[in-house]
Amino acid sequence: MPILEYLWIIPLLPLLGSAINGLLGSKWPNKIVSWVALGSTGLSFACALEAVREFHGYYEAHHQAFVKPFFDWIVAGNFRAGFDLQFDQLTAVMALVVTGVGFLIHIYSTGYMAHEGGYYRFFSYLNLFMFFMLILVLAANFALLFVGWEGVGLCSYLLIGFYFLRQSASDAGKKAFIVNRIGDFGFMLGMFLIFRTFQSLDFRTVFDEIAKRNMAVEPMGTLGIMTAICLLLFMGATGKSAQIPLYVWLPDAMEGPTPVSALIHAATMVTAGVYVVARSNLLFTHTLTAMYVVAIIGCATAFFAATIGLLQSDIKRVLAYSTVSQLGYMFLACGVGAFGAGIFHLMTHAFFKALLFLSAGSVIHAIGGEQDMWGMGGLASKIKVTFWCMLAGTIAIAGFIPFAGFFSKDAILFAAFNYEYSGKVLYGVGLFAAILTSFYMFRLIWLTFFTQPRYDEHHVHVHESPKNMTVPLMILALLSLVGGWLAAPALWGGRNYFAEFLAPVFGGAKVEGAEAHSLELILSGVAVAAAVVGLIVAWRMYRKGAKRGEMAGAYKVLYNKYYVDEFYQATVIGPLVWLSRNLFWKVVDAGVIDGTVNGIASGATAVGDTVRHTQSGNTRSYAVWILVGAIVIFAIIFWPILHPVLVGGVR
Amino acid sequence: MVPTNHYLLLSAILFGLGIVGFVFKRNIITLFMSIELMLNAVNLAFVAFSQSLGKPDGEVFVLFVIVVAAAEAAVGLGIIILTARNRRSLNVERVDLLKL
Repeated sequence: MPILEYLWIIPLLPLLGSAINGLLGSKWPNKIVSWVALGSTGLSFACALEAVREFHGYYEAHHQAFVKPFFDWIVAGNFRAGFDLQFDQLTAVMALVVTGVGFLIHIYSTGYMAHEGGYYRFFSYLNLFMFFMLILVLAANFALLFVGWEGVGLCSYLLIGFYFLRQSASDAGKKAFIVNRIGDFGFMLGMFLIFRTFQSLDFRTVFDEIAKRNMAVEPMGTLGIMTAICLLLFMGATGKSAQIPLYVWLPDAMEGPTPVSALIHAATMVTAGVYVVARSNLLFTHTLTAMYVVAIIGCATAFFAATIGLLQSDIKRVLAYSTVSQLGYMFLACGVGAFGAGIFHLMTHAFFKALLFLSAGSVIHAIGGEQDMWGMGGLASKIKVTFWCMLAGTIAIAGFIPFAGFFSKDAILFAAFNYEYSGKVLYGVGLFAAILTSFYMFRLIWLTFFTQPRYDEHHVHVHESPKNMTVPLMILALLSLVGGWLAAPALWGGRNYFAEFLAPVFGGAKVEGAEAHSLELILSGVAVAAAVVGLIVAWRMYRKGAKRGEMAGAYKVLYNKYYVDEFYQATVIGPLVWLSRNLFWKVVDAGVIDGTVNGIASGATAVGDTVRHTQSGNTRSYAVWILVGAIVIFAIIFWPILHPVLVGGVR
Repeated sequence: MVPTNHYLLLSAILFGLGIVGFVFKRNIITLFMSIELMLNAVNLAFVAFSQSLGKPDGEVFVLFVIVVAAAEAAVGLGIIILTARNRRSLNVERVDLLKL
């Protein structure tokens, strides 16, 4: 088994590509840079495919995940964090999505970034991101996972601020990084608690230990150790995966180049939180409270972000809020215990959201950099390939049968419906969010591709993108269509191959009975109806290209994103800045720290000024001082003898 | 036999004279002689202890001191000659170029 035994090759290839491009690429023509970047990513994808094939055989023989320690990283006392890689069904899905979609986006980027400065830098960062993301999904312990977790955060920061001369871009990069750090703080506390409880950070040890100790499921409304661990891990996930209350960085992250938005802020990195929750499913299933919190946060985010997405005018921002909303669905799935459905949606979402972003990039490319949908319109006949691909992505995300989004979203809503704690409410909100999803996506289609052109037709020469951009689009469009079919037979009572594949990780696929099956059919019909409702409303409102209306009331609140950024500014950032400036800077730094340092210096000067008068340069006075010193030392040494003599003499 | 105390007393008197000479005289050659006087006072104490303890260590030390004193005298007299040539004076109070 070559690749499984040398699993580190999969992440190492992109790292090599990143290092080569980063160190040498600045002198090279774009062509060589592209070949290095594409070659390393493509090889990595091939290795991942081979690893999946080999793992199939390995699993038949051993019936457990493949874990291999490569070297010790940190060893201290009974703590060990090693460079251990793991391969199981969940890793297989993630690794294929990361390398596969990543490879397609790399191809696309060679076209999209062709005329941008910093070409080599872009690909170096992008490959570095692939490296960290693969470390994240291949890690066999929480510590190594955290390395990947922080690494992708770093690459996200670097790529959001790629156009670093633009103030808004560098601000957005900082915002993403800082908001993520807040979540990471919780993640680290979660890791500490895990180690304290189980004396290990290895996935296998921790999960075996849960079974061995026969730990009880902590009931609803209690805050036991498992609940604390899971809530802290979930705090990390809310940061990385842009959930309430830490979602604010993702829409701003759209400042980065569009392929970055597609790869990092839609398809892969932002799903890391979902991956962690799914990976720790054995922890989460032991606490009802944390699961409920995950479900509620996920559901609320799905709805909340969808409402904001309704009225955004920037094409990429609509997609950004859509991403936040879809991530909410994934957490909803995990929260109600349907981890398989969550990962399924993660995969299909990676396909169609990458497709949507890349198509949006193609539109922006075609129309010369315009991102505002009110400056587009009527593009369908001019850029046909992009239009059809984007339409496929839209149908997929809206949830029309037989596109991928239908199957995954359906599975999530069905699981929510059957959840015992207020499942019907979660289902209802999720369904309403599905209507909203369908609405804002078709609104985007109408405003962009139909209605009257609102750009200057004399100056803007609309042109279709080159082949290396459209071919990845077509592949992704195909994947958005067929990506859900693995689960399709379940619809007519057959087998859900995807769920069965992941069953070893998530502890057995639930096989629904016949009555549940008919219920699922009804719910599927309702979901499709919801998508149709959204489509019709969008068609009625925007087919004639409604004008950007006066903003008032609820409309204004939605357009301004519920003023959440302003709220954070007033309650968190403002006081923190005030405190930093007036207390930490002016009092602590300038007063205490600088005061101490300067005080010591001026004290030394003053002492020196006084004492230097003893340095008279007169040899004989020095001799006197030496004599005095000698007498003093003499007196100290012989004090025990002198003391009784002197004191006695006085007496 | 002369008691050790007497040697030590003589040594202390010689040393004290050396100090007084070093501190109160201005002529460089006098200072130099005072230093030699102090060195020899110490030598005397060494020899006296060596004698009373019956060990040769002190005498060996004296030999070292004499060697060092000879070297010091060579260097020191050289400096004195140069000073005398350059300043036309042997008064230490006037050798003060480094003073602020």
